[in-house]
Amino acid sequence: MKEKLVLIGNGMAGMRALEELLKITPDMYDITVFGAEPYGNYNRILLSPVLAGEKSIDDIMLNTVEWYKENNITLHAGKKVANVDRKKRVVIAEDGTEEPYDRLLLATGSNPFIIPVPGHNLTGVIGFRDIKDVDTMLETSKSRKHAVVIGGGLLGLEAANGLQIQGMDVTVVHLCDTLMERQMDGVSGKMLQKALEERGLQFLMATQTEAILGDDHVKGVRFKGGLEISADIVVMAAGIRPNIELAKKIGLHCERGVVVNDTMQTYDPKIYAVGECVQHRGDTYGLVAPLFEQAKVCANHLAKLGIGAYQGSVTSTKLKVTGIDLFSAGDFIGDESTEEIVMKDASRGVYKKIVIKDNRIKGAVMYGDTVDGSWYFQLLRDGTDVSEFRDSLIFGQAQIGEAGHGGQNAASAMSAEMEVCGCNGVCKGDIVKAITTKGLFTLEEVRAHTKASASCGSCTGLVEQILSSTVGDYSATPKKKPMCGCTDHTHDEVRVAITQNKLTSITAVRDFMEWRNADGCASCRPALNFYVLAAWPREAQDDPQSRFINERAHANIQKDGTYSVVPRMWGGVTNSTELRALADAADKYDAKMVKVTGGQRIDLFGIKKEDLPSIWGDLNAAGMVSGHAYGKSLRTVKTCVGSEWCRFGTQDSTGLGVKIEKMTWGTQTPHKFKIAVSGCPRNCAEATIKDFGVVCVDSGYELHVGGNGGIHVRATDLLARVKTEEEAMEYCGAFMQVYREEAHYLDRTAPWIERVGLSYVKQRVVEDEAGRKALYKRFLESQEVFRFDPWARQIAEHRDNYIPIKKIG
Amino acid sequence: MSNWIEVGKVTDIPKLGARVVETSRGDIGIFRTADDEIFALRDKCPHKNGPLSQGIVHGKRVTCPLHSWKIELESGEAVAPDVGCAARYETKIENGIIFLTL
Repeated sequence: MKEKLVLIGNGMAGMRALEELLKITPDMYDITVFGAEPYGNYNRILLSPVLAGEKSIDDIMLNTVEWYKENNITLHAGKKVANVDRKKRVVIAEDGTEEPYDRLLLATGSNPFIIPVPGHNLTGVIGFRDIKDVDTMLETSKSRKHAVVIGGGLLGLEAANGLQIQGMDVTVVHLCDTLMERQMDGVSGKMLQKALEERGLQFLMATQTEAILGDDHVKGVRFKGGLEISADIVVMAAGIRPNIELAKKIGLHCERGVVVNDTMQTYDPKIYAVGECVQHRGDTYGLVAPLFEQAKVCANHLAKLGIGAYQGSVTSTKLKVTGIDLFSAGDFIGDESTEEIVMKDASRGVYKKIVIKDNRIKGAVMYGDTVDGSWYFQLLRDGTDVSEFRDSLIFGQAQIGEAGHGGQNAASAMSAEMEVCGCNGVCKGDIVKAITTKGLFTLEEVRAHTKASASCGSCTGLVEQILSSTVGDYSATPKKKPMCGCTDHTHDEVRVAITQNKLTSITAVRDFMEWRNADGCASCRPALNFYVLAAWPREAQDDPQSRFINERAHANIQKDGTYSVVPRMWGGVTNSTELRALADAADKYDAKMVKVTGGQRIDLFGIKKEDLPSIWGDLNAAGMVSGHAYGKSLRTVKTCVGSEWCRFGTQDSTGLGVKIEKMTWGTQTPHKFKIAVSGCPRNCAEATIKDFGVVCVDSGYELHVGGNGGIHVRATDLLARVKTEEEAMEYCGAFMQVYREEAHYLDRTAPWIERVGLSYVKQRVVEDEAGRKALYKRFLESQEVFRFDPWARQIAEHRDNYIPIKKIG
Repeated sequence: MSNWIEVGKVTDIPKLGARVVETSRGDIGIFRTADDEIFALRDKCPHKNGPLSQGIVHGKRVTCPLHSWKIELESGEAVAPDVGCAARYETKIENGIIFLTL
C-alpha cells in the first residue's frame, strides 16, 4: 500500500515540487492535487503576455489535465479546500470531497492585496492574479475605454501595458513618486516612466486613492485632493499577500506566511509548504526562482532522501514589457557608508548605477543596456573585490581589458533571425520558440534544449536577456552553486574536505560527502580526480576512466574520431633531428595535415587511435616526449629569441622559457595553462595574454598573470618585477601552485583571478615571502610525481587500450 | 537464430570504460559499468557521429566525447531533451567471457 500525498494548490510552486519528486521517485506516493481554479497548472508569470495578446492560454499551460492522468495523479480542479482534519489526516473540500493523506503539501500561493477603500468590492475592481482576471480585462477592453491601474510596481506596469495594447486608455496610479521603487532608483524610474508615457500610458504619481466610485459597477476613481477620473475597470496591483487562510484555520503556525524550516516543513511535521504562501527565516518570496529552489528541497525530503536544505535566495528583477530592458539587484539605493558609480546617457536611453562598499558591489540598477546585469549580480553574490577594475566596471565585462567576439548586447533590438549563439548556430527565434513551446524557465533548461550558450558561454548574458524578456527572470541562483547535479556541495567545500580529511580517491570523496549518484557524472568525476591528485600527489591514485578522452588517450580527439599528436618542443626550439623524426612519422602514419600551432609546436592530424602507441614510440626514440597539448596541464612555453640573437633583446628569453618548461611540464592544473617569455617590451611572444607571462626588461623580469586569448581576450595583470631568473621561476611555481590548490576545476586563471581578486594573489605570491617559498616547495614536490612522459608510460602499461578488443570480418 | 560471437574477457575492458569491436560495417563500442554489466552500441553518437566508446561512462549512461550528449547504454537513446538513438546489440556474459550478436 503506497503512502498518500495530497497537494493543496495547483500552482507553479506546488506542481514543481511534485515534478521534482516524480523525477527522483516516480512510484513512492499515491498523489492527489486540489486546485481552486478549473484548469491544469499554468504559468502565472505569462499572464502578462496573454493580456498583451502575445500568447494564448494554451501557450502557457505547464501541466495539462492529460498530464495528471498520464502520471496517475488525481486532480480535483475547481474544488476549493475547506478544511483539513489534522488528527485523522483528511483533506475536505467545499463540495464535500475527502482525501486522506500521509503527507500533505500546502502551496496556496498568494492573493492580490485589495486596498480597502470605499467601493473596493464593486464589480469591475479586480486583481491581476489568475486567468479569470485576465478574461475580465480582455472582455472589458472590447467594449469599454477607461482603465485605471492602482500600483506602479512590476505587476501593475505589466497589467497597464497589456490593457493599453488591448486599446484602452490606461492611467497608472502610484503612491510613490518613483515607479517600481523596490527595483528602481529615482533616475531609472523616471526613464522608465518617460518610455511608458511615450507609448501612451498616463501616470498619476505620488497619488493616493480615496474611493472607487460607482453603484454596482465601477464608474470612476477619486483621489486625495479631490481629483476624479472615470474608469470602466480598476486593476489593483498594490502587492500580494501570502494566502494563509487555510493554514491559519487548521492551526498551523503563521506569521506573514506559513512558517517553515530549512526542509520546508511547517510546525506539523506531516505538512510541508512551498511557494508564495511560506515564510522562511523571516522572508517571503514572490519571484519564481526561489520557489523552485524550495520545491527542489521539499521534493528531496518528501522522497525521504533527507539531503538538501533551503537557505534562502538572493534575487534580481527584470521587467517583462516588450522593448524595455531593466535590471536591478541587491541594495541599489545605498546610504552614507556606500559609494556610487553612475553612468547616464539620456538620448541613448541608458542608465547604470553600481553601489559599492569597501570595493565590493552591494547593488546595481540598470536601464536600457542590461547585458552586464548577470555579471554584476555574480560579482555581488561572490563578494568579489572590484578595486582592480573599478575604473572600467561601469562599462561592463567586455571592457575589462578584454573584447568579446563582437556579439550583440541588447536582445530586445534583435530580430528573430539574428544569431545569438555563434558556437551552435542558434537564433533568437529558436530560443524564444523553445522557451514558449517547451515551458522552459532557467538558463540551464534553455541550454539543454537549444544548446545556446552551452559551449563557450560568451552569449550567456544575451540568452538570459531573451529568457527574461520572454518569461521573466527565473535564473536567480541559489546562494551557493553546487558542483553538479550529484551533490549540493560547492567546489570550494569539496576541495576543503579533501584536504582536511585526507580523501585520496574519488570514491572516498563521494562517500564522505554523500554523493547522490554512485558513479558521479561526466561533470564531477574529472573535477574530483584532479582535486584528489592536486591535494595528495603521492597518496592519490589517478582514475583514467574519470578523465576526458583527450587526457586518457594523451592525444586530441578530432571530429572524425581520429587524433592529433603534438610532441613537446622546449621553449618552441627544435632541431633537424626532431624535424626529420616528425617528417618520418607524418609519412609512416599517414598524417592528413601537418600544422604549426599557436604555441610554437608542430601538430600531426588524422592519426588513428590504434597507431598512437607506435607513433609515440617513434617520437620517443628521437628524444621527443608528449606535449600535453590535450590536457588540463601546462601546455606550452612560447618564447621569442631574446638577447641571444635579437638586437632589441634584454635577457635570454629563450633560455628562460626552456628552463621554465622543464620545470613545469607534466603538471596538472584546473584548466589548461599557457606560459610565454618575451625578450623585451615589444613582447613578440605575446606574454601578456598568457596565464603566466614574463616580459624581460633591462633591469630584470616583469611577471604577468591571468591573461587569456580565447573567448574573452584579457590582458594580464602585473604580478611583480624581479631581478633574477631564479626569482622568476620561484614566482612562477608558487603562482601555479596557488592556482592548482584553490581554483575550481575548469576555471582558467583569468576568471579565477577576477573572482578572488588580484590583491589576494599578490598577497599569497608576492608579499608573503615564506608562503611563496612554501608554495614553490609544494609545487616542486608534486612535480616529482607528475613530471614524466605519459606517452612512454602508456606504451609500456596500457597498449591494449588503444587497439580494438576484437576485429570481425 | 542468434549467432553469438566471442569478444573477449570482461576484465579486458576497464570498469566504467569501453573497448571497440571493429567490423566491416563500422565499430561497435562495448561498455562495462561499475557493476560489470556489459552493453554494446554502435560507436557513433546520433548527434555528430562521435565515438561513444571514448566517452565517460557513469551509471548506465555514456557521455559523448565530442559535444557531451548523454546516451542510455541499455537502449541507445539520447537522454532528453536531446533526441536520437545509437543502434544497440545484444550481449551476454558466460564465465567472464563477453559474447555479442550482430
